[in-house]
Formats: sequence, structure tokens, C-alpha cells
Amino acid sequence: MTEMLLTGPKEGLFTETLREQMDTWIAKYPAGQAQSAVIPCLHILQAANEGWLTTAIMDALASYLSIPAISVYEVATFYTMFELSPVGKHKISVCTNISCMLCGSEKVMQHIEQKLNIKPGQTTEDGLFTLKEVECLGACVGAPMMLVDKQYHEFLTEDKIDDILDRLNS
Amino acid sequence: MKLDQICFRTSHLEQSWTLDAYRQVGGYQVLENLLKNKMRPEEILEQVKNSALRGRGGAGFPTGLKWSFMPRRMPGEKYIVCNSDEGEPGTCKDRDILRYNPHQLIEGMIIAGYTIGAGTGYNYIRGEFYEPIERFEAALKEAREAGLLGKNILGSDFHFELHTHIGAGAYICGEETALLESLEGKKGQPRYKPPFPAGYGLYGRPTTINNTETLASIPVILQYGGDWFHEIGTQNNGGSKIFCMTGHVNKPGNYEVPLGTPFSELLELAGGVRDGNSLKAVIPGGTSTPVVPGDKMLQLDMSYDGIGKGGSMLGAGSVIIMDEKTCMVKALKRIAYFYYEESCGQCTPCREGTGWLYRVIKRIEEGQGKQEDLDRLVNVAENINGNTICALGDAAAAPVMSFIKHFRDEFQYHIDHGHCMEHTG
Repeated sequence: MTEMLLTGPKEGLFTETLREQMDTWIAKYPAGQAQSAVIPCLHILQAANEGWLTTAIMDALASYLSIPAISVYEVATFYTMFELSPVGKHKISVCTNISCMLCGSEKVMQHIEQKLNIKPGQTTEDGLFTLKEVECLGACVGAPMMLVDKQYHEFLTEDKIDDILDRLNS
Repeated sequence: MKLDQICFRTSHLEQSWTLDAYRQVGGYQVLENLLKNKMRPEEILEQVKNSALRGRGGAGFPTGLKWSFMPRRMPGEKYIVCNSDEGEPGTCKDRDILRYNPHQLIEGMIIAGYTIGAGTGYNYIRGEFYEPIERFEAALKEAREAGLLGKNILGSDFHFELHTHIGAGAYICGEETALLESLEGKKGQPRYKPPFPAGYGLYGRPTTINNTETLASIPVILQYGGDWFHEIGTQNNGGSKIFCMTGHVNKPGNYEVPLGTPFSELLELAGGVRDGNSLKAVIPGGTSTPVVPGDKMLQLDMSYDGIGKGGSMLGAGSVIIMDEKTCMVKALKRIAYFYYEESCGQCTPCREGTGWLYRVIKRIEEGQGKQEDLDRLVNVAENINGNTICALGDAAAAPVMSFIKHFRDEFQYHIDHGHCMEHTG
């Protein structure tokens, strides 16, 4: 985990690398519109903090962007990709929306639940996997599908799921 | 190039997403020519109007008309925004444009900027699209290095900057004013209209928002002419359209075919209904559009007007196929849950009503339905419809009203017997 500095003057917040990444985003928007960068910055900070956001991180981002803390909380709680409590090392998001459902996403979900012994919204005891049920991820022609970390996996079968999860487990 | 391949016109090439591949199909020539000849924006607008290109994101609004609302001579910054926040269940075409032909979108956005007088563009891509975002960013880099973006593009006096913006998981941000709010770093809650974005858009400045497929069609329209594009399709339904064939088909996929293609031909392209089963129902344009019974659907053509005749909408071209074994109560339950989950919470009829719809359908599906539930569902749907700031409310109501209208007997069966009709479920 990256050690972030979360208090003090804004020039020294987070880490130099994280500031550079966030500044690239801030530069895309007009002067005085740094708030536009709040979503990309939350993605960057979440990735640097084992996949979830703490209040201290959100407060520090508010200082960094010179916006009220509530503006960051509002965004972090509205969008489903942001996690406000600890998650597993790998996040599995299974789409169960209509096109995936018609192609067997219920079986996909059941198989993963049994294999990992968790329900959607839960994390395995070893902290390796968090399972989520999500809405349409825009890969319906490859149904049933799931997103594991940053990778889409389509045309899922039980064998394919086993392969994917076993690889991450080894 | 096959004449009906517009947005997928590089698909036959190796590494179709590169600048080299795009140049092989004549990419960026339109932009070069219009800058060299100092083409008047009015001429471009005329071509786009002639093309009868209609918004590919779902609403089907004429693109040329939308562009003409922009006060292009007004001083100060104006914006072109691309809506790549693809999330309508059943839709996955923009993902493939971004992955396989990103340069055509970039050229389309530059030309749009030139035409409407915008100096900056943003492409709002949903956050889960890691691979498409990477492809689009790589294409932006190539375009910048080739002098196609930035100051004095190709030595002209035209300046245009284009950036990627990313979302973080919220269907509502596909609504254009919610997208603008999100781009400003806020919750994605739709704005009242009027004022429309052409008058008061991003940061309060004049803004045009178009779908990915719409903008990616522009370079081809200008390369071959608006009339050429119009003639590919039917009257007032210009061009080809990508149809996402999903659900119970043998060969699910994105098929780009001329508007006006009979549904039966499209179904054949997708290999027909799975296992040789019969076609029960089709949702022609994503879950927000009314369901159409299979036998009726087989008589319709895939165009905005053609599907309109069948009492539904072409939407984003997201064709969800359901075979005879589908339980319509269960299908509707899943769709209703989606709108309940994605309602932004701003308007009471939608925030409360979507929950009601889901809970009542769920209890019918689970065998706990009451006789009065069917009328109650229709009543709740009617009370959401038309009573909200944005179209999500209408989108939540449409499936409920159409499923009950066409498949009332199945809902009744569930209420009477507590389980699915034979052969479904």
C-alpha cells in the first residue's frame, strides 16, 4: 500500500506520483474547474489504497481540489465503482442484467458463490475476493460476462470461471 | 469497404484501431480537405442534415438539427461532448467503436467542433471500460503527435483540444444533462430543460452532446456525401446502424446493417433463435423501449419509423431476443430492478415508483401476487410516466406497461398458480 500524506498543505498531500497522476487530469479542465477531476482522482486514490476510500482520503482530496468535503462525499457515495469499506484484493463484478440473465448469469453467480463460499457484497475470509452483483456493463453480445479487476471476461462457463479464479488464487 | 459498414469500416484490417489502419480507409482526409479548403460550417451542416443521421444513443433526434441550435458565432468557449457512457441494458456497440475504430470518433469530434464552433471536446467514457479507455487514449496520443489535435491543426487557424473523461458507474449519466453534471464533478442528477445544453451546457457554456456512434458516422457522411448516406437507409432514417443482437440467438454480436433492414434478416444474420426455438418476444432498442411480441416483430423493419409502427422504439439498436422458454414475469422483474437501482432519487415519482414496481413484480414472480396487483402496476407506471425531470421515469414505466399489455396471461397465471406457465422459467 502506498503511504499517503493526508494532512498538511496541499502541495505535499498524497505522494508525488499520485499528485502527478491527478494533475494530468486536472489540466484537462478549464481554470477554476478542478472539481471536474473529482471522479478520475477518486479512481486513482482508490487504486492506491487497496481498492477503497477512507474519509481521510476524501477530505484530503477536497483540500487538494479546493472544494468542500461534502462535494467529494456526494460523488463517492453516488457512483457504484467507489468502495467506502475494505474490499478483497480482487473484485469480481458479475452482470445479471437481462441479456446476461437470458444467457445464464444466475448459474454464473451460483457457481462463484459456491466456489468462494460468499454471497454478493461479501469478501472471502482470506481477503482475496470480493463478489458484487452489478448492472449492465455493456458487453451484452458476450453474455454471460463479468468484470474481474480491470478485465472483462465474456461467454462464461463454469470451466472458464474456475480457470480465471484459480489463476488469481495461485 | 463494404458500403454499409460505417462505424466498423476498419474492421477488416489488422490492428484496426491504429492511425495507420484508419488512414487506409481514407481516415482524416475529410478533415484535411475541409481545413485546406476552409469549408464553410454551413456547408457541413447541410450535408449532415441531408444525411438524415439521427442520434444513435436512443432518442433518434436529427443530428443536423441539433447542431444547428448551437450559437456558433457567440464569443467564448463552446463544447462538443461525446456520450460514451454506454449502459442501456442490451447495448454494447460504442465499446466496439472505441476498441476497434477510435480514430473515426476522434475525426468526427474534430469536425463537429469545427462545425458548431467548439474549441474543446470531452469524450465521457464509462469507468468500467478499461480497455476502450486505453484504446481511445492511445488514439488521442497518435492524433496529437500527427498534428490533428491542438493549436493550428494541420497548419490551419483552427484549434481544437480533445480529452477523455471517465465515469464511475451510474446509468443515469447517459442522460445528457446528468452527464454534464458528472463532467463537472457532481452527482449525476439530470437538469431541468429548458435551458437546453445548446444554450446552457457544460460550465454554463453552449454545448452539444452526441452519442459515440453518431459522431463516428460524421467522417463517412462527409467523405461520400449526405445524400449517399441517406440512401443507404430509408426516408428520414439515414445510414447504417449497429444492432447489438443479444439474448437467445445462436450468434450474438454487433451487426452493422442499413436502417430499414427487415428484422427477420437481422435475426438470420445472428444465426436465428437458439436451439431452433420459436421467437416469443423482442425488446428492440434496449430495456427502456416497449417489448414487442415475436410474430409482430417479424413483420417490422429496423428503422426509427419502422419500429415506431410496431408500438416501440429503435432506441440504441439493442435487440434483446427472448425465446418461447422465457418467463416474462421473471424478465420484467429483472428489468424493473434495474430502474429501481439506477433511479438517481431526484424526482419522487421515479424514486418511489421504481421501488413499488420492483416489489410488486417480485411478489408476483415469487407466487405472492394478488389479483389487484396487475392494475396497481399499470397505475404506478402511469403515474411515473411523464412526471419526472428526465426520461428514466418513462423508461421504467414503458417495459411494465408493454409486458403487461402483451403478456397479461402469463402474469395472471403467476397470480393464479403461484408459479411459471409450463415450459417457461
